[in-house]
Amino acid sequence: MFVFRMIIPAFLVGGVICVIGQLLMDLTKPSFTPAHVLVTFVTGGAILGALGWYKPLIEIGGAGASVPLSGFGYSLAKGAMDAVSREGLMGALSGGVAATAVGIAAAVLFGYLVSIAFNPKG
Amino acid sequence: MSQNMRPPTLKITPEEYKDLSTKLTPKPTVLKNCIWAFFVGGLICAIGQVIINLFVAGGLNQTQASTAATALLIFLGALLTGLGVYDEIGKYAGAGSIVPVTGFANSIVSPALEFKREGYVMGVGARLFTVAGPVLVYGIATSIVVGIIYYFLH
Repeated sequence: MFVFRMIIPAFLVGGVICVIGQLLMDLTKPSFTPAHVLVTFVTGGAILGALGWYKPLIEIGGAGASVPLSGFGYSLAKGAMDAVSREGLMGALSGGVAATAVGIAAAVLFGYLVSIAFNPKG
Repeated sequence: MSQNMRPPTLKITPEEYKDLSTKLTPKPTVLKNCIWAFFVGGLICAIGQVIINLFVAGGLNQTQASTAATALLIFLGALLTGLGVYDEIGKYAGAGSIVPVTGFANSIVSPALEFKREGYVMGVGARLFTVAGPVLVYGIATSIVVGIIYYFLH
């Protein structure tokens, strides 16, 4: 079944990436919050992407590497580099945001709508 | 007061007490946390892969499908946070529910909901970016630096 292709690699790669995040949380001071984890992953993904080390992970793990926030960082870096190849130095400024615009816009829109529609629990 | 206190039942030195208390303190649940993170994080990514495959079957190319799947996962993460379900998962899953993009959506909705009473501008509008702000600042800044370095190397 086509729909189930790549599921196991995605599960394994995604699981391992999340374990790295868990170790970051458990083995550091409590002041290392989930916000720090997310910032570490997005920055780490961008740097690994720039070094060319994240692409193989996407090829092996598919969504397992693209769904974690490190995949967002990879898309930012890849977008910036692709845009530099196409349009020169200005691409460094435009490429990252352009490549991730759908995700950013979706996060703002859906985040806003849900915050309006629901009330806090408890 | 002190003469009324009962004699100590444990005849040990402070050093011995320290030893004993370290031995009796429950081991940090790092391993258990990691297993939860692995399974929940893996499951969210597996669901993401199913969504990508469905979009590809529907005629999108790989990049479009991946982008659309990210948007859908952000929607689901936001909705489940609004329903109060995502934070329940997060109690067990830890990083397994934080690191995937659904956790990014959760980090956007949670503070916005919590501070809704502060109004729609400084409450919801500002708090949407409590965590998303730092993520975008560091992510975008890194991508610009990467782009500039790439420009001078090629």
